[in-house]
Amino acid sequence: MSAEPPRADPLCADSPRSDGVHHDLEPADPARGDSARGDSARADLAGADRVRADAGRAEAVEVVDQEGDGPGSSRSDARRSEARPSEARPSEAARSRPGRLRTVTLLVAVALLLASMAVGLLVGAADISPKGILFALLDRLPFVHLDSGLAPVDQGLLFQLRLPRVLLAALVGGLLAIAGAGYQGVFRNPLADPYLLGAAAGAGLSVTLVVVFLGGDAGVAIVPVAAFVGAVGGVLLAYAVGNTAGRGGGTATLVLAGVAVTSFLTAIQTFAQQLKLEELQRIYSWILGDVGGGWEQVWMIAPYVVVSTVVLLLHGRLLDVLSVGDEEAAGLGLRAGRVRFVVLLAASLATAAAVAVGGLIAFVGIVVPHVVRRLAGWSYRIVLPISFLGGGAFLVLADTVARTILAPAELPIGVVTAFVGAPFFVAVLRMTRRVGT
Amino acid sequence: MSGRRTYPLEVTDLGVRLDGREVLSGAAVSAAGGEWLAVVGPNGAGKSTLLKAMMGLLPHTGEVVAGGVRVRDLKPRERARLIAYAPQSPSLPPDMTVFDYTLLGRTPYIPYLGRESAADREIAGAVLERLDLAGFAARPLAHMSGGERQRVVLARALAQQAPVLLLDEPTTALDLGHQQQVLELVDRLRAGDGLTVVTTLHDLSLAGQYADALLLLADGRVVASGPPAQVLTEPLLARHFGARVRVDAEEDGRPLVRLLRPDDR
Repeated sequence: MSAEPPRADPLCADSPRSDGVHHDLEPADPARGDSARGDSARADLAGADRVRADAGRAEAVEVVDQEGDGPGSSRSDARRSEARPSEARPSEAARSRPGRLRTVTLLVAVALLLASMAVGLLVGAADISPKGILFALLDRLPFVHLDSGLAPVDQGLLFQLRLPRVLLAALVGGLLAIAGAGYQGVFRNPLADPYLLGAAAGAGLSVTLVVVFLGGDAGVAIVPVAAFVGAVGGVLLAYAVGNTAGRGGGTATLVLAGVAVTSFLTAIQTFAQQLKLEELQRIYSWILGDVGGGWEQVWMIAPYVVVSTVVLLLHGRLLDVLSVGDEEAAGLGLRAGRVRFVVLLAASLATAAAVAVGGLIAFVGIVVPHVVRRLAGWSYRIVLPISFLGGGAFLVLADTVARTILAPAELPIGVVTAFVGAPFFVAVLRMTRRVGT
Repeated sequence: MSGRRTYPLEVTDLGVRLDGREVLSGAAVSAAGGEWLAVVGPNGAGKSTLLKAMMGLLPHTGEVVAGGVRVRDLKPRERARLIAYAPQSPSLPPDMTVFDYTLLGRTPYIPYLGRESAADREIAGAVLERLDLAGFAARPLAHMSGGERQRVVLARALAQQAPVLLLDEPTTALDLGHQQQVLELVDRLRAGDGLTVVTTLHDLSLAGQYADALLLLADGRVVASGPPAQVLTEPLLARHFGARVRVDAEEDGRPLVRLLRPDDR
């Protein structure tokens, strides 16, 4: 024991417990009562770490393995059979897990999505009996045979129009919201949305070119593909510009590159649409969004939905680490640039898929994650999955409003998301008003 | 400390260029295992840069060897298990709880797409208890005072269980009492765990009072290093800080730096 001259300890004076900080973990471990006090707390920590290494989870690293082994490895071997003090008395702190997704939150979000989809299926211009819809849906399940009593035309309407429409709205809303959450995490910026890096401008330009130069029905047929390619291209261009302009690819440079690319592509798009003003209506209605694409489009984006959401959901913890900034994340052993690249890639893929079938629906991607954050928690392990579910629910309801409120005419869904969503957002902001934000 | 392995820190010929400007050159740093080294120097001398380069957060020349291991050869995760770093103004996500922030210190032990184990949570909990923060575990960082935040940042660094601790100005913006609390805490942890501690400190008297050795940086070069009394001398401080000071020796031989007014002496 190095003879450290005991200096005046203000913590001791402040609090009767502070002197016990080293001792706290000790009493449950009488076998090592002879060891130095500070020694014991650290050895306990190292012991706990060894337990996890034994479990074979993390690869043991030489430098840390030796650390805290104390006087000889025989002791550390003996310790393995001992009950760890912290197991005997789990600390209050370790049991509280406020940053994790709670089952009840997840269930509420799932219920919300299912309820909104039910509303979307039940409500429409044609009057179909709710019981008939329910029976018809259940009838489609394996081993269930029910007579819905629906006329064939109503069956067709339900399965060929409403159901795919509701599903597509849920997918597009979910994708935009989870992509927005991913962008906000990567850029540590509350204003980040899925269109931040040129996805919208790229898709807009691409769709405009197709409509203007291919024209008419031939153009319309490939609009989704064009939008997808354009969105991916816009993001890649912004990423490339950001990386060549900025040292080390910082987030600020990337955002500015996104702004530059967006302006540039939008300028070309404006020029292109001036060439053929009679197509303006078609382009504009695509921009305002529509989720009436049918089954074909549901299947078209399904693979992208799966890949992008799975990748994003897996990165929740890493986005939480990134929230302390690149430099500190690097200090914690994280390759911040790599995490950012993977998340951006997945979020951009999600955005491109959503834009391909839904157009440029505003507001969902930026607002849903914020509402989730306010109501359910800050951690990206909560924000990402709940945004996906909540964004889906929100867009299904918005679409239901869009196609019923002026029935038989339809409002563009983007108008509804902003018109209904903005006041709702303000209400949530007011409800959850906090200090300092 | 009986039989405990400590990690000496040896830095040779460390150089950093930022935007073509030489911020640090030829810096040699040496700290014995379990020792507290304070880096002092005027504003812009390169103190923070030195710490960041030692942590491997800046591209640099020269070698950093900790506990006999070349830091350059380590993967980021391995490095983070060897050296923990707390920046001068850490970003504290306002809604994150004290417990979750501390748990971030376990990052280098968690596989890329893995999650914290029960052992990780136990360690974070134990660190919080040790720093008297257990009662704050569920509190958002935004609701912590300056002194408490500094302790929380320390807690995160301790959860890393790294034998070498780099602290950039741990007492910035703290009042006198909290400065004392934090520094005493660092010293107790150092003594208790055999940590090798390197801090930058702008307050020379504090540096002289707490550190075992001092390193004086000026214009990106090491101009003096050694025991406090050899570094905190009136000529050295006059030359490199442009300050008129008197250095008195305390009873235990530690230097006490005091500014001189024009009519002093």
